[in-house]
Amino acid sequence: MANYSVLLVAALVVLSVPILTLFIIVPLVSAYRANKVKLEPYECGVPATSLAFDHRFSVRYFLIAVLFIIFDVETVFLFPWAIRFKQLGWFGAVEMAIFLAILLIGYFYAWKRKVLSWV
Amino acid sequence: MNPWMTYLIWPLIKFSIAFIAVQALVAAMNWIERRLLGFFQARLGPNRVGPWGLGQIIADPIKFLLKEDFVPARAEKVAYYLGPILPLLPSFIVFCLIPFGPPPTFAVTNNINVGLLLIFALTSTAVYGIILGGWASNNKFSLMGGLRSAAQMVSYEVPLGLSIVGVLMLTQSLELEEIVRYQEMNSWNVFPQLVACFIFIVAMNAENNRTPFDLPEAESELVAGFHTEYSAMKFAFYMLGEYSLMIVNSCLAVTLFFGGWSLGMGGIGFTTEVMQKMGWVGGLIGTGIFVTKMMLFLFMYIWFRATFPRFRFDQLMDLGWKFLIPLALANIFVTGIVLLAFPSRLYGDTVIAVGEIMLTVIGMIVIALTLVLLFKPKRPKVINASRVSEA
Amino acid sequence: MSTLTRFSAIPYTGPAPTNRNPYVPADVATIDARGAEIAARAGVALEQETGLDLPAFIVAKEAIVPTLRALRDHTEFQFDLPLDLFGVDYPGREQRFDVVYQLYSVKNNERIRLKVRVGETESVPTSVDVYRAFDWFEREVFDMYGVRFEGHPNLRRILTHEMFQGHALRKDYDPAQRWLLSEQGVAKLKPKIDPRFEVEHSDFERVTLNLGPSHPAMHGTLRCAVTLEGETIVGADQEIGYLHRCFEKMSETHTYQQVIPFTDRLNYCSAVINNVGYCMTVEKLLGVAAPERAQHVRLMLSEFYRIADHIVCIGTNLVDLGALTNFWYLFQPREEIIALAESCSGARLLPTYLRIGGLAVDVPADFLSNSQRIVNMLPKYIDEVEALVMKNRIFRDRTEGVGAITKEDALNFGFTGPCLRAAGVPFDVRKASPYLGYETYDWDVPYAEGGDTYARFLVRFEEMRQSIRILQQAIDRGLPSGPVIVDNPYVALPPKEKVYNEMESLIYHFKLIMHGIQPPVGEAYFQVEGGNGEVGFYIVSDGTKNPYRVRVRPPCFPIFEAYGHMIMGQTIPDAIATLGSLNIIAGELDH
Repeated sequence: MANYSVLLVAALVVLSVPILTLFIIVPLVSAYRANKVKLEPYECGVPATSLAFDHRFSVRYFLIAVLFIIFDVETVFLFPWAIRFKQLGWFGAVEMAIFLAILLIGYFYAWKRKVLSWV
Repeated sequence: MNPWMTYLIWPLIKFSIAFIAVQALVAAMNWIERRLLGFFQARLGPNRVGPWGLGQIIADPIKFLLKEDFVPARAEKVAYYLGPILPLLPSFIVFCLIPFGPPPTFAVTNNINVGLLLIFALTSTAVYGIILGGWASNNKFSLMGGLRSAAQMVSYEVPLGLSIVGVLMLTQSLELEEIVRYQEMNSWNVFPQLVACFIFIVAMNAENNRTPFDLPEAESELVAGFHTEYSAMKFAFYMLGEYSLMIVNSCLAVTLFFGGWSLGMGGIGFTTEVMQKMGWVGGLIGTGIFVTKMMLFLFMYIWFRATFPRFRFDQLMDLGWKFLIPLALANIFVTGIVLLAFPSRLYGDTVIAVGEIMLTVIGMIVIALTLVLLFKPKRPKVINASRVSEA
Repeated sequence: MSTLTRFSAIPYTGPAPTNRNPYVPADVATIDARGAEIAARAGVALEQETGLDLPAFIVAKEAIVPTLRALRDHTEFQFDLPLDLFGVDYPGREQRFDVVYQLYSVKNNERIRLKVRVGETESVPTSVDVYRAFDWFEREVFDMYGVRFEGHPNLRRILTHEMFQGHALRKDYDPAQRWLLSEQGVAKLKPKIDPRFEVEHSDFERVTLNLGPSHPAMHGTLRCAVTLEGETIVGADQEIGYLHRCFEKMSETHTYQQVIPFTDRLNYCSAVINNVGYCMTVEKLLGVAAPERAQHVRLMLSEFYRIADHIVCIGTNLVDLGALTNFWYLFQPREEIIALAESCSGARLLPTYLRIGGLAVDVPADFLSNSQRIVNMLPKYIDEVEALVMKNRIFRDRTEGVGAITKEDALNFGFTGPCLRAAGVPFDVRKASPYLGYETYDWDVPYAEGGDTYARFLVRFEEMRQSIRILQQAIDRGLPSGPVIVDNPYVALPPKEKVYNEMESLIYHFKLIMHGIQPPVGEAYFQVEGGNGEVGFYIVSDGTKNPYRVRVRPPCFPIFEAYGHMIMGQTIPDAIATLGSLNIIAGELDH
């Protein structure tokens, strides 16, 4: 049986390091001489024209994210097919081809609608 | 055996060793990278602290620890702290799952039957840290870096996943050990899956935000990208996460395409059986082979960095969505058809894997065509005028 | 007026009487004849001013815009390249300011000078509509002299800051004053949206972002505020002056010889070329010429520094593009070049090696053999870097068509040098009006079509090869024998052994140190081909030891002015790639 508990143990070990460092060691040893100007957001040495929180950024990122979900789900479907590929033979291959074809139609539609080009 | 020993103590010990080893490797990587870049760029690199500058490995973390560690006044505090911590989790946990050497010695945990899937699930969460950090800094450069990185990592996740499907079709398993065993019994996957290997290497460079895909932190454009507002130890954790992900991806490339710990093909050569007969010495040798191969990949990362200019963002997305994804899909189709149409045959006493051989040839042709496409005809060169208009 | 410290107030006393004849160029008759010809056929009223080194005219301020337009569009004269616009202050006069326009005709290869006289309360109509380059030049005149330009779209200070009071280049301005800039005074730039991108509604919110002054890709300290829509730049506004060191004002308070180190710091990547430009301008005023040996060394060092300048430009531009290696790789030959200058003068980046009338000291004995060694090593480095990047698909995608400017726009914006040649105009001062004997060498002016970043790379690479050609010929000819500085006690210091042994030499030495070089009254303009284009010096002498006015024409200035125009509609990475290829040197840009 696979021993998944190790993942939990590992997560604890990994998490303990940054928490220990950032919240205990660093405050003890590091210098701290912050002032108002230093704590301002950096914008090339001049007072910032606006803050990042003031803005809503491009919608394109959202489209890319949606496309990603579609394709990632597709990949996940491909994985189990791939590891039983030889048993399923031609039947599985054709079925998967149909599945991919449907996705490809959507892909080319997105391409045509210029979702994939950034600027 | 005592369940506490099985489920807690042994994993803890094994993982701690791996954890420390990887951290040491990351620190060493930093030094190696700087020395190598120095070599590439005809300069010295760090050479003052200790012999050959080796003391730099220790000096850097100490410096990070002592540097001023501040939180920008207008930042979103919780997310700002989560930013550098989150990527550490997946990038180190993954080391539990990678078989560094022949069983039973050197894997941290037992062979997990969905190993590959789990690794992908974990590594793809690394992007959260970058997005969170970029957004929480409340800085426009950081935000743009974070968003870029989100779009980029998400875009290259797809070709990365698709390129592996071809490998799985050959190996018929998600277990990394099985994949390695398959390769030493047949051939390294890089041969029948040359195109997939190419896609994987490109995509893993992009996943790690390394040159030529280092847009999220494109220094000359976005100052420092998502970590513009990070200093001291928090910045160091970002670096740690990034470098350990580089190591993870190198390990994956070695395991999936270059025969993992073994040094043999077609059942002959330095295979798992030979190592297992040698006992723990064999295990050590296997691990040595694995690490050597991995270092070659790390070297490749640095080599790329010293060679290539950076992409522009739209070109990067074009490469991912319009070139690599169709190529990866085509690879799956071709692999499937060839493997089904030309199964392995017996010629006399020897089994000839006809499909695999055909795939190798096809892969070479495709890669050659890609390279030719990259060097389109140049536009007319500079014109020389010997005399300008004279009054 | 708050005067924080006061230690060197220099009140103006008016032109000092001089016992020497005013400066008259040697070929004054030809120049005046050509001036008369232009005045007769230009189609506008031009009052000729004779006896100057260029055809010069005095134009009434109301008539300046039609005059400029007529000269630009004239089929025969075609003064299509606006070179310079600056002011000169003569406080004794009724209309105290001269606003001087200098134009160049690529077609006829000739220059003219127009002067507009204005009083303190008067203003000049703006000529931005005729030459876009004059936008910033007019701002500079306004900043430095307070001359207002009617109808100028954006008449505000450019080199000094917002809390500066007074106008620095006026003769009655007290240079000991200090003006402090507080955080509130920093200009909040609101880039003007390009008309192409003015839309009612957009999917994207527009974000204004400051690139610079403290930005890794803004070499020196440049500032550019861009308005982004998504990642597209729809508005840009450049701000300069962060490295302003009042070169022109400082020159007025120092002797002619003392100005030389300041010129080094204009374009600090190719310091020697600036020295050559300045020294030759003063020599032109004095009517002396450096000995042949000195000219030969000047030419060789100019070419070496031109290569060094291009190396820095290409290297840093590639760093901006993410290709790090080339930068350090190319710095190896550059190091050799700098070491060569060090062996001559003792200083490296800013050698200050030239003197008016020649060189500071003779070159070392191994100068030629060292030069030959560098010339031998250079092609390998240039070829390798070119091979590494110019065929690289990523590089070409990043540079082809990026930051492109048309030939007409480039001329109208006052481009010179590699950037103009990349746009397809083969104008090079070394060919157009040769100096230092460039006409005797066999070399080509490389130019390219397209005007994009890729073309600029091509031109720079090729120019380095041409410089190597010139250098090889110069080395083959060998150094002419003879002195390295003119034998003229009014210009050059006598040699030390003479000073110690001869009464007369001692007196000359004393006179020259105490009273400096005193060129005759007059004005002169001289131009050399710098790393970025035409470096011109305009000097007005009133016969005293200090220049009355030193004007430098910085080639970067109009080029950076066009930067906003060039990056419009592109993305930030394109903007960065473009900026690097323009080779903006802040020292030169901000004087």
